[in-house]
Amino acid sequence: MQFCLRHCILACVMLTLALPAASAKDVYQDPSAFVADAFGGAAPEPKLLWVTRKLKPRVREILDRNLGQLRIRYWARESRTVWILDEIGKTKPITTGIVIDNGQIAQLKPLVYRESHGWEVRYPFFTDQFIGLTLNNDNKLSEHVDGISGATLSVSALKRVARLALYFDAQVSAKHD
Amino acid sequence: MPKRKTKPWQYASTITIAVALACMLVPQTVAAAEKMPSPEDMWAVIQAQQRQIADLIKRLDITDGKIEATEHKVEVTEQKVAETEEKVEAAGAMIEETHAQNASGGDGWWQRTSLGGYGEMHYNGGNADEIDFHRFVLYVGHEFNDRIRLKSEIELEHSIAGEGKNGEVELEQAFVEFDINDQNTTRAGLFLIPVGIMNETHEPPTFYGVERNPVEKNIIPTTWWEGGVSWATRFGSGFSVDLAAHSGLDVPDTGGNAYKIRSGRKKVSKAPAKDLAYTGRVKWSGMPGVEVAVTGQYQGDITQGNTDTEAFFIEAHTNIQRGPFGLRALYARWDLNGPEPKMLGRDEQYGWYVEPSYRTEVPGGEAGIFVRYNEYDMAAGGMGDSKYTETSFGINYWPHPDVVLKFDYQFQNAPQGEAGDDRANLGVGFQF
Repeated sequence: MQFCLRHCILACVMLTLALPAASAKDVYQDPSAFVADAFGGAAPEPKLLWVTRKLKPRVREILDRNLGQLRIRYWARESRTVWILDEIGKTKPITTGIVIDNGQIAQLKPLVYRESHGWEVRYPFFTDQFIGLTLNNDNKLSEHVDGISGATLSVSALKRVARLALYFDAQVSAKHD
Repeated sequence: MPKRKTKPWQYASTITIAVALACMLVPQTVAAAEKMPSPEDMWAVIQAQQRQIADLIKRLDITDGKIEATEHKVEVTEQKVAETEEKVEAAGAMIEETHAQNASGGDGWWQRTSLGGYGEMHYNGGNADEIDFHRFVLYVGHEFNDRIRLKSEIELEHSIAGEGKNGEVELEQAFVEFDINDQNTTRAGLFLIPVGIMNETHEPPTFYGVERNPVEKNIIPTTWWEGGVSWATRFGSGFSVDLAAHSGLDVPDTGGNAYKIRSGRKKVSKAPAKDLAYTGRVKWSGMPGVEVAVTGQYQGDITQGNTDTEAFFIEAHTNIQRGPFGLRALYARWDLNGPEPKMLGRDEQYGWYVEPSYRTEVPGGEAGIFVRYNEYDMAAGGMGDSKYTETSFGINYWPHPDVVLKFDYQFQNAPQGEAGDDRANLGVGFQF
């Protein structure tokens, strides 16, 4: 019995390896489609926010590291801005789309997920917690966001990009005021 | 009507009035004549005004010239600004391209390899009264391609390993993971058994208490890894299922540790493979901060052919962190079928604990307090007193989400004949 079982398991392993390749990069939505959706189907031309010396200290405070990017591409129309940001969860970057409207998060959605754990962060039961959140003076989200057991690092990464998008939105809104 | 004749005195009065009026007017006319400028003066005034007008026209011409020059300068400046913007844009694009190439385009092994780890040092009071760097774990991951990756952890326990030393060097994880599609993943190699709250997630900042709780340590037994294959399927709404076939336990059948589960771990070090074990877990994490899971395991002979002892294992837990409030609760139980374990009372071994907690922001970070009640019995099938109970309370302080300082105090009630170990514990831990 045990002999048969072991051989069945071995066969399963071989079968697994022979299965068609699939990418670990789970693309939940193409970033350009996300941007278009955020503007009712017609995205405006992208703009660039330069991460200047003035912005860098708070960006570092939010990320606990330097951003490593000169410019951030964003899309804006009226009171709405859309940001596509990458942040590492445990070992791989998570690409997240964030829509900010009137200084509040209108939508947050992981678009490309490359980690092998923490996949629950893609579901609305988690991401809906971000809707309506703003940024406090001390760079923190205005409300507590409950995590997911076993996905602490992915959850933290999404909290960071949410804060970063709110901060960037405040910068470009201040310029236009 | 007869013409009326004018009298002489009437002429006189008329002349008198005329003279009087003339007398009144003559001085004024003389005064006016005296105030009027002479033609020479008027000419001089006109000439002066002409000079002023000419001067103003000249100044206006100069101003016009200056405006034209300024306009030209503005045009030149605008052109230069546009050129500078183009240059900056080109430089920014080039830097971003270089950065992107360095980040992902090179495909060197170092760009597909990641490092991480965790560690913790403890002070244990009471009977132990010692300081110990309990464990330092180094994580190395490597991506062979987008769907195949290696994950490994090497652990050094108690600082020094070797002949006659307290510590050990252990391979805690080393498996290759294959992604079948978005929902299915398989593993082959040495991996952590999908069971309990702490067996797969045990980095020091993720749990309360300096030491890991005694129920998961002695009953599950955490940290528990085996060699084999596993399959994980993720469903929508937060459900997932793990199935694994792997090397089994090999408990001793004689001596003081006979049939004790923790003593059966061979850590995939030339472990006997006569009897494999089969593990299945169903987990639900479809609500933020909530996890509920049940794990079952079967092994045909937990002594690997020595006494033919069949083993069944069941574990259920919930792990909740909603806002500042946390609650962990776990129950685990082994049933060993065979006369030998029954004779020792070790045919039934169980444990459970419940741990409420409260975590909040404090100056410089976050702090959490907890209290935990543990009960476990590794010879529950016997008639004698073999149950341990332990109550712990303490505090964690996180100056950073990945760094923790801990203090707790435990009260332990041991079975009759053993001394309970009441003690304070201090710890520092980290993950990266």
